[in-house]
Amino acid sequence: MSEPSSPPQGLEVRLQQAGPIPLAADFHCAPGELLALVGPSGGGKTTLLRAIAGLYRPERGSIRCAGETWFDAEGGVCLSPQRRRIGLVFQDYALFPHLTAQANVMAAMDHVPRGERAARASRWLAQVRLEGLEGRYPAALSGGQRQRVAVARALAREPRALLLDEPFSAVDQVTRRRLQRELAQLREMIDIPIMLVTHDLEEAAALADRLCVLHAGETLQSGTAEALFRRPVSPQVARLLDKHNVFEGQALRGNDGQSGVQWGPYRLTAELPANVASGDQLHWYVPPSDVVLHRRARPSRGERENPVHGWVSEMIVLGGIAQVTLSFAHTRDSLRFEIATHAARRNGLSRGEPVGVSLLAAGLHVMPDAGPRRLSEGQHEGPGLD
Amino acid sequence: MDWRALTVSLQLAVFTCLLLIPIGLWLGRTLATRRFRGKALCEAAVALPLVMPPTVLGFYLMLAFGVEAPFGALWQRLTGSGLNFTFSGILLASLVVNLPFAVQPIQRAFEGVPSNVREAAWCCGLSPWQTFARIELPLVWPGLISALALTFAHTLGEFGVILMVGGSIDGETRTLAISIYDRVQAFDEAGAGIMSAILLAVSFVTIGVVYGLARRGRGLHV
Repeated sequence: MSEPSSPPQGLEVRLQQAGPIPLAADFHCAPGELLALVGPSGGGKTTLLRAIAGLYRPERGSIRCAGETWFDAEGGVCLSPQRRRIGLVFQDYALFPHLTAQANVMAAMDHVPRGERAARASRWLAQVRLEGLEGRYPAALSGGQRQRVAVARALAREPRALLLDEPFSAVDQVTRRRLQRELAQLREMIDIPIMLVTHDLEEAAALADRLCVLHAGETLQSGTAEALFRRPVSPQVARLLDKHNVFEGQALRGNDGQSGVQWGPYRLTAELPANVASGDQLHWYVPPSDVVLHRRARPSRGERENPVHGWVSEMIVLGGIAQVTLSFAHTRDSLRFEIATHAARRNGLSRGEPVGVSLLAAGLHVMPDAGPRRLSEGQHEGPGLD
Repeated sequence: MDWRALTVSLQLAVFTCLLLIPIGLWLGRTLATRRFRGKALCEAAVALPLVMPPTVLGFYLMLAFGVEAPFGALWQRLTGSGLNFTFSGILLASLVVNLPFAVQPIQRAFEGVPSNVREAAWCCGLSPWQTFARIELPLVWPGLISALALTFAHTLGEFGVILMVGGSIDGETRTLAISIYDRVQAFDEAGAGIMSAILLAVSFVTIGVVYGLARRGRGLHV
């Protein structure tokens, strides 16, 4: 997946700033696309969203949306939030407490003829399933209802981009699931770029078309959830995505065209990036789904693929799934994978038991150490990411 | 009963409120929402009349209003008359004395408006002025009413500063509070009693009306 350098539509953000909040963001969100900004708290996600909305002015860079320049530090352009026409749903919704739900929505409708505002606001509220609650004040609404009013208010502005700042963080789990489903349905009606800020990776993976990993204000990688989770560009991205199976190794290139990774005593078959030479230090990652347990009773042919042997150092049973951690004699790093609890029992897995597993070569992902920490846009979503 | 003194008192209270509320709104909002160098000093200066003895404050104002002082001289040049022992003089003094009563409740009210509510209004397309009129003002309404009530009641009862700056000129600077004092000095306790009761009633009714307004305002839903 490659991004056009100057997209005619959608939201294009390129921002740099040394401090006080460092920023090095570079991403694009197409019309109708939902891009999730993920990363740890304090990683600059909200600052980035505020900069797009015009509530924060960064030092350098540019923001363009729907062919219009909202911010251009060099050209001295910085449109006010009023002129950017964005819909922003704040983390705590920021409803106007002295106005009813309907009046809150009408407050964003100055572009609509006065006589039509009330009817249109009611339609927006019906759209977010709040019919009958038009006259309620925010204090008399539940958390989920307030969030819906905030979404209706943001959409009533008929914005060119919709920005959602942790919109599901202030509600309970059941409401969150319901609101997430509603957002997914709502998406089908609107054809503008949607940006969702969240620290919940599951939420981002479930709702977003693409994820953009942000750390200390820097966009480290963007791509589909599947691509990011299977092929993080660096150990840092893997860590930010809560991925554990990252190990150190050495590149191997044979004369026969075979390539792989030397990991302690093991020669693992893996595809190497073109810029990696034999003997180079590297990190490699294997998704837990690509770790296959050797069955003790019935060895199979699949065990020839990158077999490694260790012992169970930890096994945590969470309902039907057991999380197994393997330790190895040659390294302090451990390997995690998940297996159905009944399968773990059938194989006699328990703490201290020796175990063999295969690391599927197709899942083994190599991250060169020498590579730049921050990749340029071309490399952001280079081969293998999407 | 000194009706002229009551008229002076009411005029002074109404004019003080009319002039001080816009100042209080601007200053209170600035102190609540802006960060600037010398802000603590500014807040201290606003609060100073609260802790200064009225006679001390009145003494300094009397000096400042004199034609020998730069401010008094400037006033004389601009208007052709002095400030001491005039209604304008006691009105100016009243503005200074009541500054904390007008500014502080409004400042606290603005501090209670979350900054993201203001930002949400901008994102809704409301201009800074529309945001102030349609969002902030209704939200600070209870603070504004408190400021109004405190300023009005305090002006009606102010004694020391008014006496120092204005003296006790009938129909010009003699307020009801000063008139009561004069009657007591003249052993007219009955007259002083009637005027005290009237001052009490006027103060009570004013505060009642003002708090009733606050309750009917939109602050209830906040």
